Amino acid sequence: MIKLKQTKGFWFSILFAFVLFTIVQIVIANAVINFYFVNMILTMGIYIILAVSLHLIIGITGQFSIGHAGFLAVGAYTSAVFTMKLGQPLWIGLIAGGLAAAIAGMLIGIPSLRLKGDYLAIATLGFGEIVRITFFNIDYIGGPSGMMVSQLTTWPWVFGCMLLTILVIRNFTNSTHGRACISVREDEIAADAMGINTTYYKVVAFLIGSFFAGVGGALWAHNFYIIQPSQFGFLKSFDILIFVVLGGLGSMSGAVIAAILLTLVSMLLTEYPETRMIIYSLILIFTMLYRPRGLLGTKEVTSLFTNRRNKKGGPKDGNTHTVA
Amino acid sequence: METHTPLLKVEQVGIRFGGLKAVANVNMKLYPGELVGLIGPNGAGKTTFFNMLTGVYVPTDGSIFFKGENLRKQPPYKITKKGISRTFQNIRLFEELSVIDNVKVAYHSLAKHTILSSILRLPNYFSGEKEMDERALEFLKLFNLDQYRDDKAKNLPYGQQRRLEIARALATNPELLLLDEPAAGMNPKETEQLMDLIAFIREKFNLTVLLIEHDMSLVMGVCERIYVLDHGQLIAHGTPEEIRNHPKVIEAYLGEEVS
Repeated sequence: MIKLKQTKGFWFSILFAFVLFTIVQIVIANAVINFYFVNMILTMGIYIILAVSLHLIIGITGQFSIGHAGFLAVGAYTSAVFTMKLGQPLWIGLIAGGLAAAIAGMLIGIPSLRLKGDYLAIATLGFGEIVRITFFNIDYIGGPSGMMVSQLTTWPWVFGCMLLTILVIRNFTNSTHGRACISVREDEIAADAMGINTTYYKVVAFLIGSFFAGVGGALWAHNFYIIQPSQFGFLKSFDILIFVVLGGLGSMSGAVIAAILLTLVSMLLTEYPETRMIIYSLILIFTMLYRPRGLLGTKEVTSLFTNRRNKKGGPKDGNTHTVA
Repeated sequence: METHTPLLKVEQVGIRFGGLKAVANVNMKLYPGELVGLIGPNGAGKTTFFNMLTGVYVPTDGSIFFKGENLRKQPPYKITKKGISRTFQNIRLFEELSVIDNVKVAYHSLAKHTILSSILRLPNYFSGEKEMDERALEFLKLFNLDQYRDDKAKNLPYGQQRRLEIARALATNPELLLLDEPAAGMNPKETEQLMDLIAFIREKFNLTVLLIEHDMSLVMGVCERIYVLDHGQLIAHGTPEEIRNHPKVIEAYLGEEVS
């Protein structure tokens, strides 16, 4: 017999997702909120996709990649070419964008994942810049002035992709393959000694992460009428990185919450353009001061409900007395 | 000494880091079921030797045969799958993972469910994960660690962390277990428990064990044969009694006699 472990929580999540979707859909369809807020919600959804995809690479597998905007750009441009130049529908653009980004992820991942820590960060940063400059110089897609893209991204598309991203990455994480990735993050040498093919799992995490970044890029491209290489600079990579770090490295719900909160803060502050970046930065500084391990640490929101019953006796004080 | 074929045969193995000869010309034979000690002063190259056996370093000279198969240039994870497992001098647990998950990572190679079936939550994902969970729990019970199953590995007391690391290494189902200073930092009582544990796992899992140790009482008490390494060279090898009185060993540990 198959035992569904998270039955209750799972169905609750489905219900929650459905209710959330319906409410927002009704609100948008009845024009209760203006275009500006609709756009904010779509942006939020796209940022959640990007944050969760980077969470798999950095938070779960521990590979410090800061070239995520590169995958975003690959997804955005590929999908735009498919919809605008080749006249394909949006869903083909989404898949093509995801696949193109995944291929890019694999190409950059296989050689550079031998590098560790800072070196990997620099290599991925370089990759992001290479992508940007390459698009800058291709006339077919408009070069520096960019490419006009129709506004095709709608709430159902964003929500569907967001749900898919979260489900896939959650299911991956909660399996033996996810544990293999976490073991790479915790101690690569020990993971190797346990029979884990560490390179393989790093590439897999990169592949899945960059695929969803590409999907996010495709949605992005069809949300803002125009895409330009300058939108995908390294500052964009840092924006996504901040969601993951601020939410708590290793926590998916943390990344989601951080993406929502920071998008909200950033949007609300547009009314004060002269102080916007100062306040935004101050929020980041104070969050890291008071919650240095991120908003949720490594915990998930769901663990607040489920973990309580698992608690048993035994030492919980966390004293690791080193005798030596 | 047994006459049948050795489980592990090390021939003239050596490694250089640049100009530094860390280990040179080491020969060693381990027969199935033996418990062999490897001792030597600090910096003698013991851990480097372990790292060569497990594929972390590629030896620059010589060859290593496990069950008759040359291990040259095999990556660590493949060597583990062939049946050599190890613990580390400085404990290397997956600290943020729970105790049971640490063991489950070691079961990873046995998983029948693929990445795709995990993502799609196909029936074999549930059965595979459940089987792993049950096996890991059984395993923890064997080591009296089941009371800690949901605690993070980093929150275990030191002695239990050592115990978990040995349990995790055994979960990969090895034929040869390499223990790198398992008694480091332990008090005499814990060391005694460790000796019992080693005796227990040898019998239970039908293991061959190679042990690096500084604690002489432990080595002399449990090992059948001992190899002594000094400055990257094997200087002696024999029974504990022979090693205790070997002039070169005494010299390496206590310094040369003044004549």
